[in-house]
Amino acid sequence: MASLVSDQALATQKRAGMKSLVCVLCLIFALPAWSQKGVFLSAEDFQRQAFADQESSLQVLWLTRELRAQTESILGHSFGGLRVRYWTGGGRTAWVFEEIGKELPITVGVVVDNNGIAQLSILEYRESRGGEVRYPFFTEQFLRLGLVKTSGKPKLDGQIDGITGATLSVRAVKKVATLALLFHDKTLRTVSLEK
Amino acid sequence: MLKPILLATVVAVASLGAQAAPSLDEMWAVIQQQQAEIAELKAQLNKTDSKLVETEMMVTATADAVEQGVAVSGSLAKMAQWAEKTQIGGYGEHHFNRFADSKDQVDAHRYVLFFGHQFTDDVRFFSEFELEHGIAGEGQPGEIELEQAYIEWDYAQNHSVQIGQFLIPVGIMNETHEPDTFYGTERNLVEKNIIPATWWESGVMLKGELAPGLSYNFALHSGLNSPDSGDEAFNIRDGRQKSAKATAEDFAYTARLKYTGIAGLELGATVQYQEDISQGTVSDASAMLTEVHGIYQQNDFGVRALWAEWDVDGDAAKLAGRDKQDGWYVEPSYKVTEKLGVFTRYSEFNNNAGDSSSIDSEVWDYGMNYWLTENVVLKLDYTDFVNESSGTDKDALNLGVGWSF
Repeated sequence: MASLVSDQALATQKRAGMKSLVCVLCLIFALPAWSQKGVFLSAEDFQRQAFADQESSLQVLWLTRELRAQTESILGHSFGGLRVRYWTGGGRTAWVFEEIGKELPITVGVVVDNNGIAQLSILEYRESRGGEVRYPFFTEQFLRLGLVKTSGKPKLDGQIDGITGATLSVRAVKKVATLALLFHDKTLRTVSLEK
Repeated sequence: MLKPILLATVVAVASLGAQAAPSLDEMWAVIQQQQAEIAELKAQLNKTDSKLVETEMMVTATADAVEQGVAVSGSLAKMAQWAEKTQIGGYGEHHFNRFADSKDQVDAHRYVLFFGHQFTDDVRFFSEFELEHGIAGEGQPGEIELEQAYIEWDYAQNHSVQIGQFLIPVGIMNETHEPDTFYGTERNLVEKNIIPATWWESGVMLKGELAPGLSYNFALHSGLNSPDSGDEAFNIRDGRQKSAKATAEDFAYTARLKYTGIAGLELGATVQYQEDISQGTVSDASAMLTEVHGIYQQNDFGVRALWAEWDVDGDAAKLAGRDKQDGWYVEPSYKVTEKLGVFTRYSEFNNNAGDSSSIDSEVWDYGMNYWLTENVVLKLDYTDFVNESSGTDKDALNLGVGWSF
C-alpha cells in the first residue's frame, strides 16, 4: 500500500512536471520565430543585387531540341516552357527558376559569372518543411561552382553537403544551380555564333 | 535594293549624255518615275518590317499560350488545376533474408502510397497508406495500415498545426524512412524496438522554426496501450494502437527540438510523457521517453548515432522487468562513389533493462547500398547478433530493393 501511495505521489509529481514543460514550451512559442515558408527576396531586388550599378537587359533563350534534352536530364522530368527569360549585362547572367522540392515549387535565383555561380538565393519557399535551404550556410556552398567538363549529363564540379529532413529541397536547388550554369554557357555560345 | 536603282539612273543619264543631252523636262520625268519606284519599294520594306514584328508577336503569344496551357478546354484546364494541387507519391521495398538458423524468407515488406492535396496556400492534406508483407486479411501475414492522414494549417506566419493522424516526432527513422534514405535492408532494431518506429498517433501537433535551423514540435496525442500481463507485458512496441478504435482514456505529450543550422548536421532531442500506457488497467503506468540523436554528413563520410530510453512507473511494469527499456546505436558510413556507399552499425538494446538479470541484445550490421538512381536503391548487408537476449539466432544475409517517388 505504501508503495502504491508513493507511486501515486510520483505520478502526480510527474504530471506537475509535464504541466511546467507545457508552460515552458508556450513561452518558447511566444518568442519571435522564423518562418519555413515565405517570400524572402523579390525578383526585382534579386536583379538589382545581381547587377548592382551595371546595365542589364532582359533576354530570351529558346530551348532547342538538344538543350531541352539536357535540361530534362538535369531535372529528371519534363520541362514545360519553350524558352527561358534571363537578365544579362557585363558578361554575367541572372536566372530565376521554380522547381518542386517535395510537393510545392521553390523559387530560386542564380547569378552566373565567368562560368561560375556568383550568387544563389531562395526567393520564395512554399513548403512547411525543409526551408533551411534558404540560409547562407547552405546557399554559400554553391559559390564559384561550375560544371564538370565531361560529355555526359551536366553536373556541378563540387560537393554540396545536404540538410537532413530536407533532402528533396536540397536536390531541387542543386538541379536549378546546374541548369543556370548550363544555360549561361549556351548564351555565351549563342553570342559567339552571332558575332 | 536602292543602290542598283541609283546605279541604273546614273548609267541611264550617262548613256543619254553620250547620245544627246536630255531636256530638263525629260530629266524631270525620269526623276519623278524613279521617285515613285523608291516610294513603292519603301512601302514594301515597311510592310515586311511590320510583318516581321507581327510574326514575332505571334510567336511570343503562341509560346505564352503553350506555356500557360490556355489552349486547353475548360474541363481539361479544371482537371489540370486540380492535378496541380494534388500530389501522389510512394515508396516500397522487397527483401530476401537468408537466416543462419531458420528458413530463408522473401518478403514484399512494404508498399506505400502517399496522397496529398493543397486546398489553399495555408491549408493542405497529407496521407500515407501502406500494405505490409504483401497480403492482408484474417490469417494472413500482412496488414493494410493508414500511417498518416492529417490536415496541416499554417495558422500564423511562423507556425503550423497538424490535426489528425501523424508520425510521432522522435528519432531518425520514424518520420523519414523511405528505403533510399537509409543503410541496411531492414530498419535498425533500436528504433524499431525501443522508440518504437514506425509509430503514429492521432491528435494535434504544433510545429515551426524558432531560429535559423532550430525547429520545434509539440504534440498532444493518443497514448500507448501495452498489455499488462504475459510475455509482452509493458513491451513498448506492443502498445501501439495505430489509431484503430484506440482507447483514449489517457493521453500523451511529445516535445522535440531539432537543430539543422549547419550543412550536413542534425541534432535532435525528444521528450514524451505518457499518462498511462495501460490505459487504466493498472493503478499506475505513466511513462517517460527520452531520445537524443545526431547525424553528420561531410562530403563522403557520414555518421548517425541515437540513444533512447523509456522509464515506466508503477509496480506492474517493475515486476515485468520493463520499467526501463533502452538502446543506442552508432552507424558510420562512407560513399565510395556517387552511387555506392558502405556502412557498419553497432546496436545495443534491451526491452527488459529493468530486470537486472536480462542481457542486452548486441548487433553488428555491415553492408552496402547501391543507388541505381537517386530514388532507387539495391541493398546487401549482413546482420550479426553478437548477443541475443531471447536466445534465438537471427543472423542473416539480407538483400533488398527499394524505391520512392
